[in-house]
Amino acid sequence: MKTSQKKPEKLIDEKGIRSDGRKLDEMRQVKIEVGALSNADGSAYIEMGKNKILAAVYGPREIHPKHQALPDRAALRCRYHMAPFSVQERKSPAPSRREQELSKVIRESLEPSIFSEYYPRTAIDLFIEVLQADGGTRCAGITAASLALADAGIPMRDLVSACAAGKVEGRLVLDLNDVEDKGGEADMPVAYMPNYNAITLLQMDGMLTGEEFETVLNMGLEGCKQISQLQKEALKSKYTAVKEDEKEESEEEAAE
Amino acid sequence: MTSVMAAKVRQKRIAQMIAHGKRLDGRSPTDYREVQIEPGLIERAEGSARVRLGKTEVLVGVKIESGEPFTDTPNEGVLTVNAELVPLASPTFEPGPPDENSVELARVVDRGIRESKAIILEDLCVDPGKKVFVVFVDVYVLNHDGNLIDASSIAALAALMNAKMSNYEVKEGEIKIKPGYKLLPMRNHPIAVTFAKIGDKIVVDPWLDEEQVMDARLTMAVEKDGKICAMQKGGNGYFTTQQILEASKIAQEKAAELRKLVVKE
Repeated sequence: MKTSQKKPEKLIDEKGIRSDGRKLDEMRQVKIEVGALSNADGSAYIEMGKNKILAAVYGPREIHPKHQALPDRAALRCRYHMAPFSVQERKSPAPSRREQELSKVIRESLEPSIFSEYYPRTAIDLFIEVLQADGGTRCAGITAASLALADAGIPMRDLVSACAAGKVEGRLVLDLNDVEDKGGEADMPVAYMPNYNAITLLQMDGMLTGEEFETVLNMGLEGCKQISQLQKEALKSKYTAVKEDEKEESEEEAAE
Repeated sequence: MTSVMAAKVRQKRIAQMIAHGKRLDGRSPTDYREVQIEPGLIERAEGSARVRLGKTEVLVGVKIESGEPFTDTPNEGVLTVNAELVPLASPTFEPGPPDENSVELARVVDRGIRESKAIILEDLCVDPGKKVFVVFVDVYVLNHDGNLIDASSIAALAALMNAKMSNYEVKEGEIKIKPGYKLLPMRNHPIAVTFAKIGDKIVVDPWLDEEQVMDARLTMAVEKDGKICAMQKGGNGYFTTQQILEASKIAQEKAAELRKLVVKE
């Protein structure tokens, strides 16, 4: 069910500026923090516009129930979940069918990126908690989850980066927010491993001609490439944090 | 153990043949299996259809009842799609609550119908905000031999097109039944086309053996004017950009062919 939110009269003005002030091909502000949780083996926090999402990885660890163990690789298990307060109208905490489907496609979008064959008979558990939702949560969730896997030290082929593109009021746009998703004509989330030219998640709802589809797909992939840069920076910034801290301290001392 | 070995050999053979543009059952990469559609099998349901796609068999029943609208669409009827992977359909299906595969199947079928606005839901309003018609589409998988999504979406479309509602009249928010029947109001006919990626090739309408060796799956639903109205990637592998663009073109052609089997002009 959709939440009742005030829809602006026009989502895009004559100059091609969107209701939140963005240009058509402009992504929302992204803030990423790797290692946001201390208990998890790996974790990441992402803000993408008003989306606020945590991802945590536990494992590889012993699998329970045992019958889920895979003889040749680790079982990647994923739970995408939205907090009851993350949306306009309270969402029941019980997993909805939408959440079940998203858990499946998110798992499948990350599976090609990890060397799960290194850890047979174990579980890699991935939890994504949407604390606040504003459209495009699965993409932001995948982006954070991929970093959490990297942060957990799981060997990976590439980072998975995700971003949506779509069509709003006849214009093709990057990274739809909630009102654009609901008021727009099409929304297409894409997840991508840039170094392999591998599309690991692709969904779409709405209507697009063949030509529009091609353009939207390329826009989405460009978005993923931008996200990929931000992911690398976030990873680096965690693992160079100690250095940075020292540097800052010495600068502060010098200033004093 | 011998059967496991035989299966492995067979899977290897399937993959090898596809690498050379051939398929074990003699089809070309863009051939569908034979499609048989039997509408109106269940008299108790408002609409129904059984679809056979090769050996895959799916029965869809449509029930139409009165109920409450969603608060954000007070003037529209409600569409609900559910899918049951009935245990008699496959040795791998077990009784119990819907698992992620049946949830995904239902949601992909739903997406095609919803996004193409196939049903004229505005015509199913009785009393705005209070009473509307709810269209229940129940997908019942009877025999699983691969590509449940396409078989189910064809069956759902055929069942919806065949659905008859009582010839009602709305007077002051109440339903008055008149003699006779009318058809469920429809405006679009979405068709799902599913691809399997095996090695670096893509094929349409994978059967079970092909699904067992496929790296990834991609479904594109195409509406009557050739626009793509829904998409879903599944499976643990990936697609390249070129494969996806190739698939979008094949999907448009195949959907037009399949639609002719369901929608008789």
